[in-house]
Amino acid sequence: MPGTRFRRYHLLVLLPTLGLLGGMWFANRAEPFVLGLPFFLFWIVASVVATSAIMWVVWTLDRRQPMRGGANDGAADEERSP
Amino acid sequence: MSTALAVLAAFFVAAIGLGLLARRGRDMSLEQWSVGGRRFGTIFVFLLMAGEIYTTFTFLGGSGWAYGKGAPAFYILCYGAIAYTLSYFLLPAIWRYGQRHQLLSQADYFAKKYDSRALGIVVGLVGVAALVPYLVLQLKGLGIIVSEASYGSIAPSTAVWAGAAALVLYVVVSGVRGSAWTAVLKDVMILGVVVAIGVYLPIHYYGGYGPMFRAIERAHPGFLVLPARGMSPAWAISTIILSALGFYMWPQYFASVFTARSEDVFRKNAVVLPLYQLVILFVFFAGFAALLVVPGLAGADADLSLLRVSKATFGAGAVGVIGGAGLLTALVPGSMILIAAATILAQNVYRALVPAATDRSVAIVARTLVPVVAVAAVLLTLRGGQAIVALLLMGYNLVTQLFPALALCVGPRRMISAGAAMAGIVAGELTVAAITISGSSVASLLPAAPQIVKDLNVGIVALFVNVIVLCVFTVARR
Repeated sequence: MPGTRFRRYHLLVLLPTLGLLGGMWFANRAEPFVLGLPFFLFWIVASVVATSAIMWVVWTLDRRQPMRGGANDGAADEERSP
Repeated sequence: MSTALAVLAAFFVAAIGLGLLARRGRDMSLEQWSVGGRRFGTIFVFLLMAGEIYTTFTFLGGSGWAYGKGAPAFYILCYGAIAYTLSYFLLPAIWRYGQRHQLLSQADYFAKKYDSRALGIVVGLVGVAALVPYLVLQLKGLGIIVSEASYGSIAPSTAVWAGAAALVLYVVVSGVRGSAWTAVLKDVMILGVVVAIGVYLPIHYYGGYGPMFRAIERAHPGFLVLPARGMSPAWAISTIILSALGFYMWPQYFASVFTARSEDVFRKNAVVLPLYQLVILFVFFAGFAALLVVPGLAGADADLSLLRVSKATFGAGAVGVIGGAGLLTALVPGSMILIAAATILAQNVYRALVPAATDRSVAIVARTLVPVVAVAAVLLTLRGGQAIVALLLMGYNLVTQLFPALALCVGPRRMISAGAAMAGIVAGELTVAAITISGSSVASLLPAAPQIVKDLNVGIVALFVNVIVLCVFTVARR
């Protein structure tokens, strides 16, 4: 990705997708209730909250990187034909 | 009753007033009108992007699905979260390119990236074809909300005409600034209203969330999990993937990327929006609470569950406030749709066909098209029958077909030719049309397939055709 050079911690953003899609299979049950919610709904809500937390971690780490979105990225972004 | 009417009228007037004030003496070039002069800060961009979360579909349909279908409704919470993780990487790249080339629309982006005016026209027409039924849905929802909240004293058709007139007025005058200003009022209102009823109803009728879900589980066993067939886990996963990929392919949200002042806005949004969309949870709670309080709403009437349970619970004043919030959920997305459709038709169709057109004449054409598109949508809303529902289902699948061509050009190196992109998109769209018109499902196309395949969202088939054609064209050219 231009501007946001790939770093290994970017793989963290796959976790919400895995949790939500995987949850359709293994969290698809009503029991036990957690915080008054059936387990399936609780799992989805927890995953969505975790999504925000993970994106915050990734954003925080990205902000510590030098040179992100610098002039060089802009130049590399020019399109070339295949 | 007259109290509810007065409150509704107050919201209506406030929305128009804000929408008109938003202009504040600005000279409205097309760039100001379509993308706010690229000067919007975090809050405005956030509100425009959050517009997708609370359309009339989530307000009426979210509670309606919880009421009528149960657990399958939860997919609405899932695809947004996944789309936001994608947006963290996708939107800054789109924004930078748009900034450098002064782009105004989604079709502009494709035309410039692929250096093909023809592709711009194709993408533009696909966008408009998907936008019009989406606008029809907003207007239909507006009609239902106003007629319910006014206790039937305003006919849906009157509400639809009045809503469309308000939209045309402030969209022509203020453009996307009008959308952003009314979005402030809308989000404050909807947050307050939805959280209040989503907290109050379960406690009032059941004594809390746990007891409410227990009561539902007793009355309707299996309602709180995905069924083994039909809207099964395979259905949910395929639908979530398709919706997440299509999320930012809607022309009005794609264009809202260009309103931002800086690219970091999108990274902040990707952190906050997943949490923010949890408010939909309270819409679900209202639908679930309605299930045992106002039972018997079948089929499309399930969409009335939130308003019916509110009327059974609260006084006329509160119903007016709830209806007012619902009214705003139609106006804000409706205005963004009108701007996007008019911009595309003026900038990517009119300008492409009349290359000598000046910026001034394109801007005039765009604004002239606003009432035209609005009247067409009103007529479809009032006259259209089942065809609209089919168009609407088609809308999501139509825009999702743009994703492969976008994904393959968003990086620094474009991976495929304009011809391959166009072939893939056209093949995908034709498949979507064929599937929708024939009413096919994966089960009817592949009767011998295992259940897990049969339950897949049929949109997957069109995306598959799209990618295959795109690959064949790319390989054949080499």
